[in-house]
Amino acid sequence: MTPVQLRKTALNVIHRQLGARMVDFAGWDMPVQYAGPMPEHLAVRAKAGIFDVSHMGEIEVNGANAEATLQKLTCNDVSRIAVSQCQYTALTTPRGTFVDDLLIYRKSPDSFLLCVNASNQDKDYEWIRGNALANTDVVFRSNDFSQLAIQGPRALEILQPLTAMNLAGMKYYWFAQGKFAGIDSIVSRTGYTGEDGFEIYCGPAETEKVWTRIMESGKPFGLEPAGLAARNTLRLEAALMLYGNDIDETTTVLEAGLGWICRLAKGDFIGRDVLLRQRDSGVKRALAGFEMVDRGIARDHYPVKLEGAPAGRVASGSPAPFLKKNIGLTYLPSDRAAVGTEFDVIIREKPVKARVVPTPFYRRA
Amino acid sequence: MYPEENLYSKDHEWISVQNDIGTIGITDYAQHELGDVVYVDLPEVGDTFEASEPFGSVESVKAVSEVFCPVGGEVIEVNSKLEESPELINESPHQKAWMIRIRLNNTEELKELLSSEEYEEYLEEQSGE
Repeated sequence: MTPVQLRKTALNVIHRQLGARMVDFAGWDMPVQYAGPMPEHLAVRAKAGIFDVSHMGEIEVNGANAEATLQKLTCNDVSRIAVSQCQYTALTTPRGTFVDDLLIYRKSPDSFLLCVNASNQDKDYEWIRGNALANTDVVFRSNDFSQLAIQGPRALEILQPLTAMNLAGMKYYWFAQGKFAGIDSIVSRTGYTGEDGFEIYCGPAETEKVWTRIMESGKPFGLEPAGLAARNTLRLEAALMLYGNDIDETTTVLEAGLGWICRLAKGDFIGRDVLLRQRDSGVKRALAGFEMVDRGIARDHYPVKLEGAPAGRVASGSPAPFLKKNIGLTYLPSDRAAVGTEFDVIIREKPVKARVVPTPFYRRA
Repeated sequence: MYPEENLYSKDHEWISVQNDIGTIGITDYAQHELGDVVYVDLPEVGDTFEASEPFGSVESVKAVSEVFCPVGGEVIEVNSKLEESPELINESPHQKAWMIRIRLNNTEELKELLSSEEYEEYLEEQSGE
């Protein structure tokens, strides 16, 4: 068998120069850590971290029916976002489950940029194209964009000197298009860490320049490069969903606790009838946040038992470096998912006690 | 780096032997590969293990690593300090962060292990691959 050639982001050489440990992530050669997940995680909570997330996919939906197409394909209400605003939403299957979760950027009344998961980008593109209304152009743009995420309380101070765009005045989940470090970019006040921060899209050829300028600007503020391991623990503390772990084509948007992105009153969309029924009759299972009560770390896919009977598996589980607890997410029968419910996580064949707690586990001050 | 008086396994454990009592921990290489240790799982006194059988585990934020008994024996003491202070594994893998003491079943099994010199050569071979 020929080994599959891993795809490289524009910053591959830089990551290696920085001593990153590289891993295969969804077919991409990505930095999993530099100094280590622990110091990187804490740097993002206390100061700032910079992540190369160029593996993320980008799809454009343009044309007179672009909005109508997205209204049909997603569960949130795209008509509610203005030009220069972003929205977290899901592409839903006819079963009300997730084709993917994504961000939609409204660039103009008739032009949208979708930021989707790396592992789903080809599937998403085919799904959107196959279900698009007439007078809609669906364009695969992943090869035209790199993406950097700068996250943490000092992110604004680090980035503002590099652009004339008013980042300080930018509200959460809004974006601007313009020159950043002299390069045509899209900058949004978004992220996947539970901190304030920004995500920057630019052309692959210019990415190294943008990264270098941000690293220089960030030095006095303690900016650290951060890898996928820290990105995962940061998002888990903030109880943000990871596709493939917490949500997928078998879990509905309501079971995942994402009722706030489910605008059932907006009109018809794919999967709406199932979600309406679930809303009226109640979900049978729900994604619950938990922390370990007894000594032990719950990891992804560890078995869960409720009163001694098998009750599925841990969706996401990890030590939480900032909270200094061992936390996780798992689906439980909805009548047993209330805060305070105790159950067991099976760790190396031994039951270890866990308890349902409110999410997010971490909320910034 | 690797004390000459100890023996080493290819799974990156060290053992320091006096008569038929062995003190066991993980090597500096192992702690470095693992990164910041946040959790240590130890056996109980009286547990017995065969050579190469896992006796506990060491976990970082990202990874779970089993720790193998380099030779067979019965656990006579565990370093319970590691449960409170797992970071000792990173700070002092060959001294303060010993994990267990065992009474060896058969000192002949020690012949299968590496000297410090052999272990360092083994690490070099590994990194060359």
